[in-house]
Amino acid sequence: MKGKPLVSIVSAGLSKFGKLEGMYVREIFAEAVKEAFNRCPNLDPKKDIKALFVGHMGESYEHQGHTGATVADWAGLLHIPATRTETACASSGAALRAGIFAVLSGLCDVVMVGGVEKMTHRTTPEVTEFLAMASDFPFEQWHGITFPGLYALMATAHMHKYGTTEEQLAMVAVKNHHNGFLNPKAHMQREVTLEKALSSRVIAWPLKLYDCSLITDGASCLIITKPEIAKKYTDTPIHIIGSGQASDSIGIYERESLTSLIAAKIAAKQAYEMADVKIEDIDIAEVHDCFTIAEIIAYEDLGFCTLGEGGHLMESGETQLEGRLPVNTSGGLKSKGHPVGATGTAQAYEIYLQLTEQADKRQVKDLKTGLAHNVGGSGATATVHIFRRE
Amino acid sequence: MGEQLPFTMEQFYKYISQGKLMGGKCKKCGKVHLPPRPLCDNCLSKEFEWTEILEKGKLLTYTIIHVAPPQFREMVPYAVGIVQLENGLKIPGMIINVEHEKIKIGMELTLQFDTSTVQSQWPQWPRYHFKPV
Repeated sequence: MKGKPLVSIVSAGLSKFGKLEGMYVREIFAEAVKEAFNRCPNLDPKKDIKALFVGHMGESYEHQGHTGATVADWAGLLHIPATRTETACASSGAALRAGIFAVLSGLCDVVMVGGVEKMTHRTTPEVTEFLAMASDFPFEQWHGITFPGLYALMATAHMHKYGTTEEQLAMVAVKNHHNGFLNPKAHMQREVTLEKALSSRVIAWPLKLYDCSLITDGASCLIITKPEIAKKYTDTPIHIIGSGQASDSIGIYERESLTSLIAAKIAAKQAYEMADVKIEDIDIAEVHDCFTIAEIIAYEDLGFCTLGEGGHLMESGETQLEGRLPVNTSGGLKSKGHPVGATGTAQAYEIYLQLTEQADKRQVKDLKTGLAHNVGGSGATATVHIFRRE
Repeated sequence: MGEQLPFTMEQFYKYISQGKLMGGKCKKCGKVHLPPRPLCDNCLSKEFEWTEILEKGKLLTYTIIHVAPPQFREMVPYAVGIVQLENGLKIPGMIINVEHEKIKIGMELTLQFDTSTVQSQWPQWPRYHFKPV
């Protein structure tokens, strides 16, 4: 199946990202679902959708687990098989993979995949603690290493090994805030200057407030089908032509590299090979910028530049909206926000909008092939998907 | 010594409380695991022996934590790092007894055992720290 569509996206939905006060996970997910249903009048959801996979990381936020059944019911899809996937911040990247498996198995012609998280009603220390659960407890959490701390350890190592600078990290924030400023669904729709980013308070040196993504509420979903029947639902299906997923040691101290995420490299290699595309064929990408250093490492892991050159690629402007390879046109996790379980399919949603030319003010021209890179925790899970328009 | 003890995190921290840094050495391929594991990730052997690990190493990377979860909030800002020990083994830990400005990648550090009673309900583990040689 090299280079052939695995599945086709026929619709997609995204809730507003931000502080959704007074809303519960199942209600937020329904917001994304409403948009997906509205976009696809030829779909009869109750009859056509045969399964739901939903990424959700934390039951601690709302004292509510068993997310699959809960959100399926609130999406009007009572009684369909509904399963939650959890791979930390890559939970909905994994949901998308599960959906692809379900369609490719031949058991389901139409599947809904998505993700959701509700975080902002909790205090920052509580959220910090819940997020840290995606890292190693016995050695990392136990010795006071926070989640930003883990990426800070990678940042210090990257700066030492390759000369990456705090300015280059801050440039990621400036770029993504510019893109998010153009995205009406982004959490923080405002520009940030380099000076402001650099002078923001330290969270885990060398990472400052503006190096960190946002604590956000939000949900995302996609409706995927067998490629042969996609035209029944839409004239502009977006095909997924490559899918990769890999894991790594939970503790970053056990990994062979502190400056690269091996799981992301493996997932990318799988996806590129399956899609039969070269790196140069990628026109647009959404990458997992949970911290600014993560976007720089993503450039290297995905082969957008050689190892150690991520900071320079950022500086070159090639990944800006008008550059050769725009990255995080949605605003990324940095400005659009990072409701962790929702992020993977929210990235796919942005690629879907861009490839179907529905991205309005941030629309990039002449696109054919897009990529989404979703990382769980500090890199113990990664998924990479490659998308193509007809 | 101690071959019959289980190769678990719990036992690793029991050794820490006795002032010993111990790893699990695979009897088949010789790989040392820190922390110990029940299955060798190299050869899948289930046979191990405890081996004492030299408490000195070099700092590979570090960060200064300014925002911490409740149990560490009183200590901020504090330094944590990953230290390279013998045999390519690496462990993370707090770095103490040094001004933060003087912390440098590559500096030599040694382990200090903190065997004071741990107050938390679970786990009942002691901590270790790194300090300059």
